[in-house]
Amino acid sequence: MARTVIPFGPQHPVLPEPIHLSLVLEDEKVVEALPTLGYVHRGLEMLAVKRDYNQMIQIVERVCGICSMIHSLCYCQGIEEMLGIEAPRRARMLRVVWSELHRLHSHLLWLGLFADSFGFESLFMQLWKIRERVMDLNEATTGNRVIVSVNVVGGVRTDLDEAQVRWIKDTLVEVEASIRSLQSTIMNDTTVCKRTKGVGVLTKQAAYDLGAAGPMLRGSGVAQDMRQLKYAGFDELAFEPVVETAGDCWARSTVRFRESLQSIDLVRQALDKLAPGDLAVKVKGKPEGEVITRVEQPRGECLYYLKGNGSTFLERVRIRTPTFANIPPLAAILPGLDFADVPVVVLSIDPCISCTER
Amino acid sequence: MSIDATTIAPANLLAEASKLKNDGYRFVTLTSVELDETNMEILYHFDKNLTLKNLRVPVQKGGTLPSISGLLFGAFLVENEIRDQYALTFDGLVLDYQGKLYSETAQTAASSPFCKYHVKAEPDSKTGSEPGIQQEGK
Repeated sequence: MARTVIPFGPQHPVLPEPIHLSLVLEDEKVVEALPTLGYVHRGLEMLAVKRDYNQMIQIVERVCGICSMIHSLCYCQGIEEMLGIEAPRRARMLRVVWSELHRLHSHLLWLGLFADSFGFESLFMQLWKIRERVMDLNEATTGNRVIVSVNVVGGVRTDLDEAQVRWIKDTLVEVEASIRSLQSTIMNDTTVCKRTKGVGVLTKQAAYDLGAAGPMLRGSGVAQDMRQLKYAGFDELAFEPVVETAGDCWARSTVRFRESLQSIDLVRQALDKLAPGDLAVKVKGKPEGEVITRVEQPRGECLYYLKGNGSTFLERVRIRTPTFANIPPLAAILPGLDFADVPVVVLSIDPCISCTER
Repeated sequence: MSIDATTIAPANLLAEASKLKNDGYRFVTLTSVELDETNMEILYHFDKNLTLKNLRVPVQKGGTLPSISGLLFGAFLVENEIRDQYALTFDGLVLDYQGKLYSETAQTAASSPFCKYHVKAEPDSKTGSEPGIQQEGK
């Protein structure tokens, strides 16, 4: 049978950002998929040698807007480790609050986009309407909806007062109720199940061997989440990774849905443990040596390698983002699929090209 | 402060990576680090039960390392990225973009965009300047 090469992207209705896949088809079946990057690469890692280590916080926040707070958290933790300091307990709890609010709005954004990818427009709009409540929390507590810029080396730059804590808790009650009202649709609706169950299956062994990360890994049955490392304030919070075992698009979607509710729970736990205290410790010295630090972003494990030489400029900042890790598994599961399922499967990895092309 | 990493020779890389895979380690990524005018090192990161195992592999600029993508398919993307940014080549890449993962033009040791120092491999035919190391101004 003759083969046809279909270009998928870089501009495609389901892709919020540009990535290109060369899909080799036999009839309607994909037999090969070759990803191409490079449409928006910014070379942010190289800026490390041209901006001092404090300015780099603003740079790493712009690796990705949707998880900007968690990028700066990971970076600041690494610098703090090199300097031999630790953020105060209140700052570490506040870092949990804002990082889980980021995960929550990221997952709601993705669930909406996912619904849109198979034409479920009303579900898409419902999810984004809920997400706006979370964005309001970010804006009111930090001054910005997306790039909240709360982290500094040694702690955080802003605090929550009692009224804000009460307001966040009250808002999250409503947000949780709204999310739960969509649970049966997201998990059981005929349209959703027909487009997602048994589609794009990544087995547990393949997910592990291919180095998949985040919901892509946990949706295939691997119980690994960097929050188990107990960074920031997670050492004091009850946390277990959300795991599904089917390995298909439905499983990845369900992991993110359940993690949305889990994030609400973690915000509540962190707010309950907020005790009066400093927001930051005094920073002394310059970063020297090398360190690896890891956090869990909405899309999965993020790794920072930092190398300092005792000056204000770092020698090397290396950022391994989760989508970068999930592209090889995507390339591995696309062959064998119907062409019509490709958009759904591509979106199921929650591709963040901004992260990938940092 | 330095990370816990085992330094190995490039010739032993495939055997070490294979051993780690067989021991249940998950591939995480590679990190390229420029050391000086002529030397680099590549860090190979593996994870098992949330604990990282790092291999440190020294390599000369413009040099070649064996690709581990045949063993760990997930490595093909980062190996291609390092080829683009640091002009290191990887022998046996299962999906080889020939230095064109990000750019339409393949990089050479003399033009590797992420290197602070560039290796000038051949004398310039117009100016007749000698081969050697060029430091790029920051």
